[in-house]
Amino acid sequence: MTNSATPDERGWFADHSPGDDGASAAITEGRAESPRDWPGLAVEGGFADSEAEYYDRLHEATVATARAQARARQQADDQQVMHAVRAIDDCEATANELAERVAEWARSTADEAPSGIEGAHQVAAMEPSSPAEERLVSLAERVVALDEEAAQLRQYVEETMPAVAPNLTALAGPVLAARLVSLAGGLESLAKQPSGTVQVLGAEDALFAHLQGGAPSPKHGIIYTHEYVRNTPESDRGSAARALAGKLTIAARIDHYSGDRRPELAADLEERIETIRARDSE
Amino acid sequence: MTLPAGVERRRIDGTDGLATRGEQVGSEPTDGEWRRWDPHRSKLGAMLELEFETGLAGEETVLYLGAAAGTTVSHVADFAGPTYAVEFAPRPMLDLVDVATDRGHLFPLLKDARKPETYAHVVEPVDVIVQDVATRGQAAVALRNARFLCPDGRLLLSVKSRSEDVTSDPEAIFEDVTADLKDEYEIIEARRLEPYHDDHLGVVARQS
Repeated sequence: MTNSATPDERGWFADHSPGDDGASAAITEGRAESPRDWPGLAVEGGFADSEAEYYDRLHEATVATARAQARARQQADDQQVMHAVRAIDDCEATANELAERVAEWARSTADEAPSGIEGAHQVAAMEPSSPAEERLVSLAERVVALDEEAAQLRQYVEETMPAVAPNLTALAGPVLAARLVSLAGGLESLAKQPSGTVQVLGAEDALFAHLQGGAPSPKHGIIYTHEYVRNTPESDRGSAARALAGKLTIAARIDHYSGDRRPELAADLEERIETIRARDSE
Repeated sequence: MTLPAGVERRRIDGTDGLATRGEQVGSEPTDGEWRRWDPHRSKLGAMLELEFETGLAGEETVLYLGAAAGTTVSHVADFAGPTYAVEFAPRPMLDLVDVATDRGHLFPLLKDARKPETYAHVVEPVDVIVQDVATRGQAAVALRNARFLCPDGRLLLSVKSRSEDVTSDPEAIFEDVTADLKDEYEIIEARRLEPYHDDHLGVVARQS
């Protein structure tokens, strides 16, 4: 390249030699206002002997960069969803705790004081008639706001999970999928867990009680919230949980390692659960 | 209208349709090295099927904005020359990378099509821009990327009205978009892509 070129006019290949590590950073971070005849300039400047060779190098560099960057960005997304799903739990727990305080306080001023989040909504809609009620209504408004925030967070998780882990989300639903990712500490860690661990994620207390002796082994952790486990008769719930955990583990591995969509996973699982449930009706 | 060299109408799996020659992508229907180009899954495929004056002859240099998982751009790379494929979402990009691995002159770029200055140091001036971005401000993307077109180059654009505003009448949106395009482009042809794609407008334009 000519020495007089400003940074604006330099191609991605300007500051490194073919095959070194600089290509990826140059493609990612480089800037130019306008395109130029980069193939011609690269040959002229000695980066490649021919345009064909330039295109080979460009291909190698763009494919490697796009793959690495897309992977990294996706992993960043699973971390965001993890924080969001934990924040849902925090918002809900805090809202419930404050709602109890609101209900208890409301009972001292009004005859009827409904409890829970619903009750806080009613109190928040009241017209305060004393300084104490002003504080009470204001507190109830915080509960309502936290409840709304939890709903917004849930919506974010529902919108984001299909892109982060499409197969896992298809099988588990977005929120349970996000909880599993969160409990494992990320999609990559989840993909590396054996299915028996996925089955009891979220039941760590019960698991350690079992390992220390005495207590029975837990049959399921957070996956209990899945319809396939919860709505299976108790005698077969362990089998259903094992079948579900097996497919969720496969789904997480496909999502992390390959990214393909495998719609047949859901059909396989449904068939398996039907078989398990049918054992009871015989 | 003639099809570009490298695109043919062929009978595959008992049905006639467009096809290009290249490595199979996913589980699409093929016949030898010919791959079915499904106009229902591809706006550019629909434009060819509807006989738009695309001006494509084959072997062009192409900038493809909104390449997604690479369904259409794989066919473009089959008949075109160097093809730069811009896509911003990481998940479809991983599929696009797989498609690009088998195609030596298809270059995937994980970039935001609204920010051409972040890829102008990689992309050379091109004969054709194909644009299929499902975001608001589709006209603005076409205007900002006009800098990549060679003097006689063409823009092949598909406008999705629902990306601009789900509630407005598509015709009103199409009028706005084509009016905005006139800042940089002369519109050669603009028609709806029915029956292949609902609420989409296909546009062929050249720099004015």
